[in-house]
Amino acid sequence: MMTISDLQKTAVEVRKSIIESLHSARSGHPGGSLSAADVLTYLYFEELNIDPKEPDKPDRDRFVLSKGHAAPALYAVLAYRGFFPVEELATLRHLGTRLQGHPSMKHTPGVDMSTGSLGQGISAACGMALAAKISGDAYRVYALLGDGELEEGQVWEAFMFASAKNLDNLTVIVDNNNLQIDGALEEVNSPYPIDQKFEAFGFCVIHVEDGNDMNQLREAFRKAKEPTGKPVAILLKTVKGNGVSFMENKADWHGKAPKDAEYEAAMRELTEAGERLCQM
Amino acid sequence: MSDVKKIATRDSYGRTLAELGAEYDNLVVLDADLAVSTKTELFRKAYPERHINCGIAEANMIGIAAGLAAAGKIPFASTFAMFGAGRAFEQIRSSVGYPHLNVKIALTHAGISVGEDGASHQALEDIALMRTIPGMVIINPADDIEACAAVRAAAAYVGPVYLRFGRLAVPVINDREDYRFEIGRGVTLKDGDDLTIVATGLCVAGALEAATQLETEGIHARVINIHTIKPLDEELIAKAARETGRIVTVEEHSMIGGLGGAVCEFLCEHEPTPVKRIGMRDVFGESGSAADLLKKYELDGAGIYRQVRNWI
Repeated sequence: MMTISDLQKTAVEVRKSIIESLHSARSGHPGGSLSAADVLTYLYFEELNIDPKEPDKPDRDRFVLSKGHAAPALYAVLAYRGFFPVEELATLRHLGTRLQGHPSMKHTPGVDMSTGSLGQGISAACGMALAAKISGDAYRVYALLGDGELEEGQVWEAFMFASAKNLDNLTVIVDNNNLQIDGALEEVNSPYPIDQKFEAFGFCVIHVEDGNDMNQLREAFRKAKEPTGKPVAILLKTVKGNGVSFMENKADWHGKAPKDAEYEAAMRELTEAGERLCQM
Repeated sequence: MSDVKKIATRDSYGRTLAELGAEYDNLVVLDADLAVSTKTELFRKAYPERHINCGIAEANMIGIAAGLAAAGKIPFASTFAMFGAGRAFEQIRSSVGYPHLNVKIALTHAGISVGEDGASHQALEDIALMRTIPGMVIINPADDIEACAAVRAAAAYVGPVYLRFGRLAVPVINDREDYRFEIGRGVTLKDGDDLTIVATGLCVAGALEAATQLETEGIHARVINIHTIKPLDEELIAKAARETGRIVTVEEHSMIGGLGGAVCEFLCEHEPTPVKRIGMRDVFGESGSAADLLKKYELDGAGIYRQVRNWI
């Protein structure tokens, strides 16, 4: 088990890689990648039963990034976990890269499902969980959704299915950073109250007040494995752009890359955050 | 043709699925509350633990199938062609086609021969939609024998396949010892050198009738059954174009983007040849009996004959 401090340090490195790869790509989605950086770090370094040397191992846990635009965060954790060289992160979105703009299971080792069109990944995750049930396999399936993604009708079809088929090996995680491209969720088309909707759809709901806090994430994922016979929804209150102060809580930073000066400011801030963690 | 045995290809599908259940323990079947109509209920009776009813939620069903395939299962996902290829098009494109997952999209009730339910349920654009997805195999069997063979071939093939089945009982035309089914290989059913009728699905039987009628007038029409629309048997079609000089395509589908589209796209680049497309002429269907509809839209034997005769 990694210490909380080591997980935090890793998450800082992941954030730096997100900023670097987006800067190199000159496009991409920093806001939702940064809000999900901590949970992805926790999943890949602490939670998932996976083996970077054997990415397709049949009994591995599965992870589906249903909010596929957070691909830079997924690629960073996969690289730091050893699925491919960290240097490759700089090829994000470049012609010929294995790191497509949105996750592609045919391109990237460790990516379990191709996603990018919102609402689709969660259905595939349900299919994987169902496959485990049919075969009597013990692996678990995790899916990370954006909160804006909950506006897609297909996710509710999938949640209804997960509950109807008793997929208690499925953990749905919602990155509730409260912002989508056109603004705050309530200004666009509110999916709230998210918790009550999940409960009504037959999920066991776990709230995380600070979804960018490793201690709280550890507690939530521990609780999620308690047998309830139901699929689990972990609702993370997060900060969009978390870790880069000028990107935090700004819908504007949903889908644009930092320019040179912004890149340098962001890297400086993250480097300092990393140094502070090392002094603790 | 009243003495000819007639079977709906959806029945062939359900029956073959139930047989394959014993041969593939990783074969699973998904339905969207239409198991009785799509005939997957035959599989459900034999293997209830491997039949998953997804309810009236086709988009999710395709995603579930993708996830099952990613985890090593061979899913056959079924509903009506309109709600699968149409409603769930993007799910098929992005969750099945793009990752090239081993999902069989097996849809029934295609074409106007759905009959009384009318235009909302008559998919006339499914082949066109599926053709645009890279790596998608498209099979539209003509009768019971071919449908059974197609289902078996799809199960053995690794990759996404769209199987198109009908509601209407159609004549069995391939009931012969030497019948062999191979994905991507068209079948010449009748020789002739005046023109070639290239048909698919239930229109193959009508094309044969039309050719017989033409024969009485001394017009020797070749008849080719194209059960696999993608990949198209380009060699066979180019040869027919060279040898007969005229091509007629016949399908129970929009004239836009289906077999006619595929044949024209190929010929105009590689073997420019006059082509007459027979199909639904950019119109929606309507309610009526299947027989009345096929007659009205000139997709039965007499209608195909008339359209060919007027063209040549």
